[in-house]
Amino acid sequence: MDMKVAKKLGLKERYSLMTRDLAWDTTFHKMEDVFPQTTYEGIKIHDWDKWEDPFRLTMDAYWKYQSEKERKLYAILDGFNQNNGHLSVTDARYINVLKLFLGSTPPLELMAARGFSMMGRQMNGAGPRVACQMQAVDEYRHFQTQIHSISNYNKYYNGMDEFAHQQSRMWYLSDGKSFFDDAITAGPFEFMVAIGFAFEYVLTNILFVPFISGAAYNGDMAAMTVGFSAQSDEARHMTLGLECIKFMLEQDPDNLPIVQRWIDKWTWRGTRKLASVGMMMDYMLPKRIMSFKEAWEMYVEDNGGSLFKDLARYGITIPKCFSQTIEEKEHVSHQSWIGFYMKPEATPFHTWIPTPDEMDWLSEKYPNTFDQYYRPVLEYLDQQEKAGNRFNNKTAPMNCQVCVSTMKFNEPGDPMEMCFRESIYNGEKFHTCSDHCKEIFDNEPEKYVQTFISSHQVLQGNCEPDGTDVNVPDFKPGQNMLDYWKLDKRALGDFNGSEDQKNFAQWREQATKN
Amino acid sequence: MTMLKTLAPYDVKSRDAVENYKGKQLLYVNWERHRMFSRPFVLALPPETPFSVIIDQYMTDCFSYHPDWKQIDWNTVVWQNGNTPFTPDRNKSLKENGIGHKDLIRFRTPGLDGIAGTGY
Repeated sequence: MDMKVAKKLGLKERYSLMTRDLAWDTTFHKMEDVFPQTTYEGIKIHDWDKWEDPFRLTMDAYWKYQSEKERKLYAILDGFNQNNGHLSVTDARYINVLKLFLGSTPPLELMAARGFSMMGRQMNGAGPRVACQMQAVDEYRHFQTQIHSISNYNKYYNGMDEFAHQQSRMWYLSDGKSFFDDAITAGPFEFMVAIGFAFEYVLTNILFVPFISGAAYNGDMAAMTVGFSAQSDEARHMTLGLECIKFMLEQDPDNLPIVQRWIDKWTWRGTRKLASVGMMMDYMLPKRIMSFKEAWEMYVEDNGGSLFKDLARYGITIPKCFSQTIEEKEHVSHQSWIGFYMKPEATPFHTWIPTPDEMDWLSEKYPNTFDQYYRPVLEYLDQQEKAGNRFNNKTAPMNCQVCVSTMKFNEPGDPMEMCFRESIYNGEKFHTCSDHCKEIFDNEPEKYVQTFISSHQVLQGNCEPDGTDVNVPDFKPGQNMLDYWKLDKRALGDFNGSEDQKNFAQWREQATKN
Repeated sequence: MTMLKTLAPYDVKSRDAVENYKGKQLLYVNWERHRMFSRPFVLALPPETPFSVIIDQYMTDCFSYHPDWKQIDWNTVVWQNGNTPFTPDRNKSLKENGIGHKDLIRFRTPGLDGIAGTGY
């Protein structure tokens, strides 16, 4: 008797059996009661089966690929750490990029993991549900691997150990926290436009160009390996975000104005979030790969521009903020660095004035703005530091009610003037940094009146170290900010004269001489 | 009109309502064309605070680091509350000067435009 051997399943059949075939329509409860989130935002979906997953990845294949990547990643990390790789970076100033990155990025990866876990529950269709679950696991993996790659530096350098405590407390981390809090408290489709599309597709490249290429160029193999390990996940994420945009636009013409408003909003929010990335590229990397301006032109203007051209056939237009972002690329990195330089007692990383040849590089890269607006003040601050009078602005900042950036951006068309916008809601004044943030506020004021602005919270007495009695008669808020933030004193101040600077020089000498 | 869409009633209070400041109010101060200070600073003060305290104490503490501070001719300073021009009376309180919760005081010092005239 002949054995009947079942045919091996093709990729498409496997995908179908392992994803969509596992889903069912509920009968005991109505589908709209089980999935209320996918209708309340106003997006109309008629046929969830029209969702295409271009990767057709099943969970079993996913685990196999990801575990291979993890094995390679940790082999390289171990090698780097065992060989004192931290001493092979260009200059100890570089390590401050890692401190800023550690505080600002892994916690947001974790928020992305939470967000995509929610999407994996809230989406009706099995296709997007499975894709969102995988992205949630990816984001969690990025959160962990970023921390693991930097943990070795934490053994030697100051200011890294309290990043988790600082995430929801430090003034300069509020912009990123607010970005994700806004996205995760929106409905699932807005979240997909915010994170899956605007952030992953339009803006993530500009974060990973300075950080990963910059890390490699400055000799940090640990961070570089983490970046490469994440890259193949990012390709999948970008495809998911774009697929979601196209799916919404193809399902119903009424979806277009809603999607357009979200694209406008989130492209702008992402642009504001990336102002500090500009300063990492232009000021914090001892060896620079390209200026922030050049990166913006390549990744946002050219790549983003052609993406929007591609979406034009669905009726999508270039985000309203686009022309302002092009004007600002000449300014934001300088404005951000001055904003951080003047707070030497309020960040767990060091700042410094660029060396003369670094200033010449900035002049060359920013011929329209650097010498005219920024070089004179940097040179003045340099002289003051050398004369023992380093700048230390001890005041608390005014922040934008929407993006929570400090109010440091210039009026469009006039780099010498500050840009202020205000709205009145329920009799109360709310300040924003730009026309675009004002529009976001005015569209949904109920949401943004809740913004957590750390300098205001300090003044309300809500930012005190554990055990502080705020009810004593002579209580003065904000007197113990270092304790509240858990800021290591050794991590404060100018790079010149810091413990990191001294140790790095000493250890490197030991590694190269008797 | 709001575009907010929610699954349930949504009635949330402002986090910075004046009641949260126990008798004080927020005040922002910006020195125009002196962007070395990066952004305005914020204070919480009782509305009875004399305006002179803002200049003599808070503004001096912060802005005297700038070489232009000593050059200011206070008779020529141009003041704005938000976008509205106004003339503060040094000896009157914030309240008497019409300064309310979360007002932004902007002052311009004609002829003084920052380090080397850069606005910084």
